[in-house]
Amino acid sequence: MNRRSWTLNLAAAVLYAFLYAPIVVVIVYSFNSARFGGAWTGFTTEWYRTLLSNSTALAAAKNTLLLGVFSTVISTVLGTLLAFGLSRYQFPGRGLFARLLFVPVFIPDVVLAVALLLTYSLVRSWTGFLELGLGTMILAHVTFQIPFVAIVVRSRLAGLDSSLEEAARDLGASEWRTFRHVTLPLILPGVLAGAMLAFTLSLDDFVVSFFTSGPGSTTLPILIYSSVKRGITPDINALSTFIILASIGGTVLVALLQHLRAPGSRR
Amino acid sequence: MTETPPNPARGFLFGQRLSRTGHWVRSAFFSGPAVLWLTFLLLVPLLLIVGISFMTRGEYGGVEFPLTLDSYKRLAGFGELGFDNLYPLILLRSLALGAGTAALCLLAALPLAFFIARLPGWWRHVGLTLVVVPFWTNLLIRTYAWQILLAPESGLARLAHSLGFVAAGEPLYPGVFAVMLGMVCDFLPFMTLPLYASVEKIDWTLAEAAADLGADRCSVFRHALLPQITPGLVAGLVLVFLPATGQFVIPDLLGGAKTAMLGNVIQQQFASSRDWPFGAAISTAALLLVTAGMWIYLRRGSKEESPL
Repeated sequence: MNRRSWTLNLAAAVLYAFLYAPIVVVIVYSFNSARFGGAWTGFTTEWYRTLLSNSTALAAAKNTLLLGVFSTVISTVLGTLLAFGLSRYQFPGRGLFARLLFVPVFIPDVVLAVALLLTYSLVRSWTGFLELGLGTMILAHVTFQIPFVAIVVRSRLAGLDSSLEEAARDLGASEWRTFRHVTLPLILPGVLAGAMLAFTLSLDDFVVSFFTSGPGSTTLPILIYSSVKRGITPDINALSTFIILASIGGTVLVALLQHLRAPGSRR
Repeated sequence: MTETPPNPARGFLFGQRLSRTGHWVRSAFFSGPAVLWLTFLLLVPLLLIVGISFMTRGEYGGVEFPLTLDSYKRLAGFGELGFDNLYPLILLRSLALGAGTAALCLLAALPLAFFIARLPGWWRHVGLTLVVVPFWTNLLIRTYAWQILLAPESGLARLAHSLGFVAAGEPLYPGVFAVMLGMVCDFLPFMTLPLYASVEKIDWTLAEAAADLGADRCSVFRHALLPQITPGLVAGLVLVFLPATGQFVIPDLLGGAKTAMLGNVIQQQFASSRDWPFGAAISTAALLLVTAGMWIYLRRGSKEESPL
């Protein structure tokens, strides 16, 4: 232990504290008995009890889960097929498309949100379809989820040992059987990690949901935002604590999945 | 990630014996659905935004012809009422806050990445996962939490009062300080993860060799370490700068009218002001920025795994 590593350890401790201060304060304040203001007045679990009987919060939780599950299923299927198609088959514009995949990674949420909002309203004025609601939110979420799933699955495919696929083909398996019984099981950890990522992105999203939601399709982030705008209340901290715990659980699960090394994987 | 065409020599089995039509038919099955989806819900909407930015605001919201450059003139400060620096100022402020966030995140991420890389075995996974958890925790929640941390009753506000920065009972938000604090906290993982990916792969023998040859600590970092972590560093800067510049939630919750950024103006134009062409023009400016950033990111020339 020299002096330099001591300063490095101190810097890291301060930075970890900085990263976790907001998360910890929300959890701690969800047990604060004060209804208003930031002063600590005592421990209570009352906010969790009121939360469970709050029908608005329960409806928002249901919407959030429906949106997350439907969009994740659609985007995982489409994203996995896309990743496989892009890495195995050539088509005109393939290079351009592989770059387009990175747009949702970098684009400010607000820009994607207003672009979709405009498109929806144009389609609606021509055809009468696409009323804002859970449906338009699913369309929007799948749009930003597909690229993330495809990028994760592609990196798994890139590390794959192709001799296993070749062996299957040489032994007479059809292309589809090879994909179904050799490639897919090998990339499954990547597909699951992609799905978890897509679900977390959907759960975390506020901006895109805010713009593409309609009456009755409020999600938890939208509910939290509108409550915070009126002033933070302890039951919002309780609600946020549930979301934080879900995120921690998800992160740990993904970390474990990524450490599973499938047989035949090069990395 | 640079694009390499499927190469039969490297054993892309599926494509090996296929004709061009064979490739197209299989592409249609595998890539087709997602390509269609992203064309109609990503490419077309973004082109629509660019198109609308050249149109005229309709009487009841909406848009009309003729085509015009008025929205861009307004963005540059030349509105109907002569020069007004409001929007150029917002543009500059967004860029400055984005760049400032990226710089501060880099300063904070460097010690963090080196710290994690030096942890022994299993602890390294723990150290890394501890950075990933905030990365996946709702940004809205982590941002509003700063309202509690910067409230008048908080320890930070009382500390600032005893140091004479603010009056007693004053909160530390809204303001530029709070926005920057929230941004750095929210985006620190975006910088730390790609940077760590590079730091982890550092060849330390180069640093030892440089030190043996008499380089001082600064030169060792500058000439032996920095070139090795440049790919991660550039990736991190892009990954922080772009979303920070286009942020909507953080300036909305921790800033006031004086810290409005691009994202807030876009939101305003589509919500209350109903001036779509102007909102579209600002979005187009943001898209240009994204294109430039993406070009830098994809051009890094390294195929290394980024956390995204």
